[in-house]
Amino acid sequence: MSSPVDTDQTDQTGQDVRRMVFMENMVLFTRELRGAGIPIALGQVQDFLRALELVRIDKREEVFHAARSMLIGQQDHLLVFETVFDRFFTPEVAPGPLPQTMPRAPRHPVREKPFDITTYMAYKARLFDEEIDVGDKAMTFSSVEALRSKDFSRLTPEELDTLRRLLHEMTWAFSQRRTPRRVPARQGDYLHLRRILRASARTGGVPIHLSWQTRTLKRRPIVLIADISGSMERYARVILLLFHTVARQFQRSSPGVECFVFGTRLTRITTQLRQKDVDLAIDQAAREVIDWSGGTRIGDSLHTFNVRWGRRVLGRGAIVIVVSDGWERGDCQVLAHEMRHVQHHCHRLIWLNPLAGQPAYQARVEGMQAAMPFIDDFLPVHNLESLLVLNKLLASLSRHVAR
Amino acid sequence: MMFISVEHTRQLLAQHGYIADVGLSTSIFLSTRMGKALFLEGEPGVGKTEVAKVLSALTHAPLIRLQCYEGIDVSQAVYEWNYPHQLLAMQTGSAKDDLFSERFLLKRPLLQAIDAAHTVSPVLLIDEIDRADEEFESYLLELLADYQFTIPELGTLRAHHKPVVVITSNRTREVHDALKRRCAYCWIDYPSREKELEILQRKSPHTGPLLARQVVDFVQALRKHELYKLPGVAETLDWAEALEHLSTEVLDAATVNQTLGMILKYQDDVDKVRSGLLETLVAQVAG
Repeated sequence: MSSPVDTDQTDQTGQDVRRMVFMENMVLFTRELRGAGIPIALGQVQDFLRALELVRIDKREEVFHAARSMLIGQQDHLLVFETVFDRFFTPEVAPGPLPQTMPRAPRHPVREKPFDITTYMAYKARLFDEEIDVGDKAMTFSSVEALRSKDFSRLTPEELDTLRRLLHEMTWAFSQRRTPRRVPARQGDYLHLRRILRASARTGGVPIHLSWQTRTLKRRPIVLIADISGSMERYARVILLLFHTVARQFQRSSPGVECFVFGTRLTRITTQLRQKDVDLAIDQAAREVIDWSGGTRIGDSLHTFNVRWGRRVLGRGAIVIVVSDGWERGDCQVLAHEMRHVQHHCHRLIWLNPLAGQPAYQARVEGMQAAMPFIDDFLPVHNLESLLVLNKLLASLSRHVAR
Repeated sequence: MMFISVEHTRQLLAQHGYIADVGLSTSIFLSTRMGKALFLEGEPGVGKTEVAKVLSALTHAPLIRLQCYEGIDVSQAVYEWNYPHQLLAMQTGSAKDDLFSERFLLKRPLLQAIDAAHTVSPVLLIDEIDRADEEFESYLLELLADYQFTIPELGTLRAHHKPVVVITSNRTREVHDALKRRCAYCWIDYPSREKELEILQRKSPHTGPLLARQVVDFVQALRKHELYKLPGVAETLDWAEALEHLSTEVLDAATVNQTLGMILKYQDDVDKVRSGLLETLVAQVAG
């Protein structure tokens, strides 16, 4: 840095020191953001520091917008960013690191479990279930066989454990669609002009051998929406287990799997289900949801889905799976209306109903009747057997199914 | 670029008819000063594309636009050889060693943007990147890293004047972090009432002050309702123009009903507004 000679030396040093402290604090600030769950790359921090050279750092607003511009890449993070920024730049706390929290006393369990669907189900199981056998934990043939047809709502904790392992081993195949992207192929619908030209160079510009291109295939986006209201709670855990396996299987591929749950209102749990540990994942998802086992407003929840998420997750021929028993407390007109909207904006709309497994099931519930005309596939989801059927259906959905 | 400060950026944009808030001005200022691409995200019709246009007007630089769509690839975004001409040239024997020279090269927008022939930095608008697929983003990464592109038969083409890159997304899918990290990011929200009124008066000076206020109030009130597609600023401007053609001076229920298609693009939304909401909103903005 070249400083003018006539400047007061001490003043200049003072400013430099103050600037350095400020910059260090800014690095701390980016760490705070990371701690709050916002992913920030090292390059972004460097960019941010460069940006600070260009704005007036004594203007809070400019620093705020410079930071936002350089460090944030998603609208979802804006609120967290603002909160962290405000906390960091409020004089009592900042500048500097936050006070260290007290070390956790050893007597506390490391993982505090809130009262969620898991604990609730265990509690209910004790009240209502018959005598529980000491199940064998190995996945013997007989135990799997017995499990195949046992209703999810009557599973013992051991059986749930077996089911989890079985689910974990299942592979899910979803149908694919043709994308406009082209790749070379032995047979195809489009001429591969580049190759033809190269080959023709050898024959004096006369194309003798033709090369072809075809359109690539890509898995369709998957959207899973589960009802976790009071009437569904006995199935909620297994359904979330199912969601977790499907979401995990396609985690590294694109497009990803979007997961939502609803009771009286819709909650997106895609991020929470990315956790590897299924219990932790469901735990975290449970924490986000405020209306476990409350009433059901399917229509309103689907409305929220259509308005907030529809355009973001239903593009490109998505497959939508709704899991619900169809007990609607709200307006069934709204439900029908929103179902129509979902069906019109996706490739296939599948409805899974745990009650449909009963031999004489008929869609008598008003909500189910309202939704029925807009469902492409209606299937039961009450035991392992039904999941296997679902698995087969999904894999066999051809690319050109007519509704 | 000649932006001196955030405030200066805001003023220059305003002079050219673009009303930006301090957040957007900061992003634009920093992206141009730091030579980073500008990544604009927001609902359709909030003026993302307009930013590129105004930047081009402001710097008297050419605007090169790449509209993204699903399946877009190198041959449509960067370059393609002119195969029919090459075949002809081969057959007539007029091309001996220059079969892969610039003569037969079709330059697509990304290559045009880094063309060494530019005398000023052009503005490159990559519109609606969320429509393209992930594979396409990797080409952009290469381009944004060094502003150069390698064509196997021809060699590396490099920009003499780095283009000013503006990328927009309607967020129909999340764009990969790797791309966003190389950009200055800005989420453009629907404008506040005052800002929208300012924009309307700017863009449509013939609209009377009373009507302008009513139009903005109506649209602002409409955005508070849950609709499948909320009207953007573009819709507000379209609507004001439509009302002008109808010689409307004051909003009334009949006129709104007649012109609802200018602001709402889903029949479900139109139905919802027509069944009761319309009168309430008109009464609300009349007062």
